[in-house]
Amino acid sequence: MTVTDAAAPPGPTGDGAGAPTAAAKPGPLASLGSLANSLVVPVLALVTALAVGGLVIVFSDPDTLDSWGGFFSHPGRTLSDSWDIVYDSYKGLYTSSLGTQGAIGRTLVEATPLALAGLSVALAFRAGLFNIGGAGQLVVGAMCAGWVGFTWDLPRVLHVVVAVIAGFLGGAVWGGIAGFLKARTGAHEVITTIMLNYISFLLLAYALRTDAFQRSGREDPISKPVAESARLPDVSFGDITVHAGLFLALGAAVVVWWLLDRSTVGFRMRAVGANPFASRYAGMAVGGTYLLAMLIAGGLAGLAGTSNILGRPSFSLSGGYYSFIGFDAIAVALLGRASPAGVLGAAFLFGVFRSGATGMQAATSTPVDIIGVIQALIILFVAAPALVRSIYRIRAGRGAGQTFTTSWGG
Amino acid sequence: MTVTITEPLAPAPEDEPWVEAADPLRRRRIGFGMAAVVLGLIALVAFGFGSDAGLDFTFVFSREADAVQIPDLTLPARTTAIVLGIVIVALGTLQVVGVLRTRIYLVFGIALALFVVALLAWAARGDDISIIGLLDGALRRSIPLAFGALAGLLCERSGIINIGIEGMLLTGAFVAAITASAADNTWVGLLCGVGSGVLLGAFLGVMSIRYRVDQIIGGTVINFFALGMTSYLTARVLVEYPHLNEPGSFRAFGIPGLDRLPFVGPLLFDNTIYVYLLFVLVFGLWWALFRSRWGLRVRAVGEHPRAADTVGINVLRTRYRAVILGGAVAGLGGTWFTLDAVSSFDENMTAGRGFIALAALILGRWHPVGAFMAALVFGFSEELQQRLAVLDTPIPSEFLLMTPYVVTIIVVAGLVGRSRPPAADGVPYVVE
Repeated sequence: MTVTDAAAPPGPTGDGAGAPTAAAKPGPLASLGSLANSLVVPVLALVTALAVGGLVIVFSDPDTLDSWGGFFSHPGRTLSDSWDIVYDSYKGLYTSSLGTQGAIGRTLVEATPLALAGLSVALAFRAGLFNIGGAGQLVVGAMCAGWVGFTWDLPRVLHVVVAVIAGFLGGAVWGGIAGFLKARTGAHEVITTIMLNYISFLLLAYALRTDAFQRSGREDPISKPVAESARLPDVSFGDITVHAGLFLALGAAVVVWWLLDRSTVGFRMRAVGANPFASRYAGMAVGGTYLLAMLIAGGLAGLAGTSNILGRPSFSLSGGYYSFIGFDAIAVALLGRASPAGVLGAAFLFGVFRSGATGMQAATSTPVDIIGVIQALIILFVAAPALVRSIYRIRAGRGAGQTFTTSWGG
Repeated sequence: MTVTITEPLAPAPEDEPWVEAADPLRRRRIGFGMAAVVLGLIALVAFGFGSDAGLDFTFVFSREADAVQIPDLTLPARTTAIVLGIVIVALGTLQVVGVLRTRIYLVFGIALALFVVALLAWAARGDDISIIGLLDGALRRSIPLAFGALAGLLCERSGIINIGIEGMLLTGAFVAAITASAADNTWVGLLCGVGSGVLLGAFLGVMSIRYRVDQIIGGTVINFFALGMTSYLTARVLVEYPHLNEPGSFRAFGIPGLDRLPFVGPLLFDNTIYVYLLFVLVFGLWWALFRSRWGLRVRAVGEHPRAADTVGINVLRTRYRAVILGGAVAGLGGTWFTLDAVSSFDENMTAGRGFIALAALILGRWHPVGAFMAALVFGFSEELQQRLAVLDTPIPSEFLLMTPYVVTIIVVAGLVGRSRPPAADGVPYVVE
């Protein structure tokens, strides 16, 4: 692939025994360097994923494949056909996600729950936990927030605040179950959160059949609309219209950053995440830290569900949407390397994918599902920095070989 | 390079380091005893007193075509459920009090089985229920779970966590559907499905062994990629060329002689190739892992790779082989979906069964026979749900559908202390 060749440095820089380089120097330059270093892998991962995704588009399009059948007689036309379909697909993706101000607004709205759910997964990662249960926590959070939103009757500002808190608490309880089980019995959170996901989907399906949730006069599983007073207000900058959930997400990112990087609790979480045995030896309450991390992570995912149901454009609960977000959140957290700022950037990128995919399908015949392929490739390349480094022959940095989670035994 | 110590410095491998060790056995005994009491009370109230008096239920054990006919069992529904409920409560109480000191799981298992019988008696009141049909369905539904669990077993015994079973099943199903349709031959589909599993297994191996990617994330990548790729190709290829999604299916055939046995004959020995392959695989894996030199090496590598390395076992190669073999088994299990169960591919048709398989692996305590038994339990509960969903149950159907997931959580939470993974599971090994 030409992209690979073009991006490779002129000579092999040697990827064997990495001698300490300029990165070891202290000072502002080093931190700038480490910022660049931490951006290199995600950016290259994105580029590589888009390139491989382009190949997938080319080699699954019937017309383009026909053109490849005549490669030896018209090599130029084959290549230009291939280029055209990839270009058109990605252009459609861009236009319908970032092309107009309205599209940017939609993208930001899509990115909001992704950012909150991504923060949830990222925070759990830092504590050494793999929270696959974002989807379930989202559902329960959305159910709680929605129920407060369409059942209670409260004055304007108070109603939103109470509904948001209810959403946070709902998610926190759902995440807390997994944390509690991990702390008390050692049950691996991957299994328990996956099971809790299924349980929450069934809970939602059941709730959407009951009078308390189902919209009156409707047969399909859709909830009542959230009361006007409980909706997150719209905020507009020119034609870019978003809802207040975006600021909730930005605020949550700051809080998570402070919690992880500046607070004692966060230090304990990171210590436990790095080595539970050493942390226990140092006198930390490992189980309690797991419980706390899962409570907060669950709450953040609950907020993601909340911002979806209380914010434009849906204002109501229905099945289906949540498992998507919960899955994407893992990719967002990995791409953002489990740091709050990185998560925000990754969430924006995935918001672009999500809001642009339908436009891409309309403009070309490339199905929206290509997004799933590209996302998987991004996670692959981000999770395997060594892979990206060996493709582009970059020397390993200090973050090489980092692991996020623990094995079954902890 | 320096030596990297890869074994966790766990003082007591039996228990998690952060779990308070205040007599966990006693806590577990009381917990499971209480759970049994609750089950018994549910049976007593919902299926016993909640049921109308005077209705009989009938359990049917034979189909008309079976060689040996077993007489049906007919009993009064209400009385049976009440008696069973009382027995379950008694078992649970004895457990809590501490009379039945040992065999916590055996007692709980008996209580659970009696609860299911009470449930069936209630469900079949005034009617009959085909027990052989129920068990047959349970066996069929457990096939992908069992293959998935055996795939996970192979990987984890060698020290590689495979959370990508779900993706391997899905890929196997997709590849089998498309290749069997193209070649108009189910065997081609089966082989290609296995081949796709081999490739994904090798991919997981390269990521976790060569690049030392966190294994859980590596598996997650496989799940994402399989879901994204198969959904994309379904929309792109299978929708446009529907003839590529008509793989046909394997037929059931009886094993001469054995299929004439009463009850077990029609149940076990009149099936498609998958059931027989599964029997062979369960026995074969047990023999290979616990009776052969290869198995000893795999287990050594999974428990203590450095010791294995010291005595001259090639740790990385052993792990590669085990992961690739595991991938093949998962791919084979995936082909069941399109070549036996449904005979066409649907988006995300595995629907989380790879994760249930993982739970079956843990419940089966990393043993082939145990994993198979656990898969049967999950398959049975899945079949039971399907049958109960159409009945007018006193509990909303969604809550019945939740049971296998709740049971999985209880089991995983209750068993972890006792059900111990291979010591080096999930820990990358660095050759000196």
